[in-house]
Amino acid sequence: MIHRYKLNGYNIVLDVYSGSVHVVDPLAYDIIGMYETSSKEEITKAMLEKYAHQPDVTPQEIAEVLDSVEQLKAAGKLFAPDKYEGMAFDFKNRNTVIKALCMHVAHTCNLTCDYCFASQGKYQGERALMSFEVGKQALDFLIANSGSRKNLEVDFFGGEPLMNWEVVKQLVAYGREQEKIHNKNFRFTLTTNGVLLNDEVIEFANKEMHNVVLSLDGRKEVHDRLRRTVNGKGSYDIIVPKFQKLVESRGGKGYYVRGTFTKDNVDFTNDIFHMADLGFTELSMEPVVSAPDEPYALTEEDLPKLFEQYEILAKEMIRRKEAGNGFTFYHYMIDLQGGPCIYKRISGCGSGTEYLAVTPWGELFPCHQFVGDPKYSMGDVWRGVTNTEMREEFKTCNAYARPDCKDCWARLYCSGGCAANAYHATGSIRGIYDYGCQLFRKRMECAIMIQVAEAGMAKSST
Amino acid sequence: MTRIQTLDTRNLAETVQHGGCGECQTSCVAE
Repeated sequence: MIHRYKLNGYNIVLDVYSGSVHVVDPLAYDIIGMYETSSKEEITKAMLEKYAHQPDVTPQEIAEVLDSVEQLKAAGKLFAPDKYEGMAFDFKNRNTVIKALCMHVAHTCNLTCDYCFASQGKYQGERALMSFEVGKQALDFLIANSGSRKNLEVDFFGGEPLMNWEVVKQLVAYGREQEKIHNKNFRFTLTTNGVLLNDEVIEFANKEMHNVVLSLDGRKEVHDRLRRTVNGKGSYDIIVPKFQKLVESRGGKGYYVRGTFTKDNVDFTNDIFHMADLGFTELSMEPVVSAPDEPYALTEEDLPKLFEQYEILAKEMIRRKEAGNGFTFYHYMIDLQGGPCIYKRISGCGSGTEYLAVTPWGELFPCHQFVGDPKYSMGDVWRGVTNTEMREEFKTCNAYARPDCKDCWARLYCSGGCAANAYHATGSIRGIYDYGCQLFRKRMECAIMIQVAEAGMAKSST
Repeated sequence: MTRIQTLDTRNLAETVQHGGCGECQTSCVAE
């Protein structure tokens, strides 16, 4: 399978099953497009007709392009076959260990963000804070179920985790004590709205947190529209100076500023540029996922504008990088020279198998987006995963398990997409969230184009 | 320009043999 598209002056051909990327001129673009469905004679005739005004397009020239295509095919870099489907069905037999926990240390929040998937931190339940005893048991559970794996990720999440800061510090201290005993390395991370950031938190985070995610939606009027305090006031002026101080003190590394865009700011690139202008360089901006009847929900009519925005973002990122003031965008950070192996690409994020969420009461869920849904309860940190049927369901839920992904060129980049989004959109983790798929494909096209541009490849002329 | 330029990329087919160690991180994708 191949995917052809034109963007920013480049004619790009992605060979899906090899991962090869080619930049081609218009003639080669057309020939590759016809290659699998037409004979050489038909291709030659069609090209001579289409390019009759171009004297350099001769039968010999067309034959040379066809020869190049055949050489690339023989080298496994074009029209490579799908050799992976059989592997996907063997995933049920793979031994997996738990690598990461999302620790819901606070099911409460000091903001009342309208679009919060966690219903202002409560996850459709009661307000609660995780006790040290529950958190300690969760870390013990992770160590005991991580096999020989050394690096273990623990994200302090909420709600707002800084509302249970003393327990966070106690759990980090306990983790540091235990990692020496068990030859593990905890990488703690923190996701915060920033309201309670202070010098003490910043100092501790810089010492102990491998990464921090800072929630900011961009321009003040955009941020304050949906991210308000319990008193109804915008939070932008409270958090931005704190974020700037934190990022500066971390040396500009080990953080993400992450925003959410909604129907109210489909011109979201202006919010990303605003973040960059505030001095933040590690950026992410995610489309809101919500019920379609919410006033801020994105709709089909927004898609052309959103596609355009992703292209604007990609071009501006190239320009700013060349000017020496570049920034990163989470979804454009692809490594085509390296990148994950095929097993990882098929199996996806690890939710329900390698990654679990822990509630303040110690209950286990496949990930933070399933918390609060009793159908997806998987056990608890004392008894472990007792709903093994659910674990098996997630283990085999991969890029090849979703019928809707069968003909999609991007499935080895999204691994079949987010199970939670699919569940909320279709009622099944094996469905797809089509709106998210369309945005993902656009982001991948832009990300590949950036790689092409940064490699200095010549533009395709038309 | 050359009619077909090819970017230097990791061939996914080769990772069938060399991949699968399971050391990757979870990834709420594209050591």
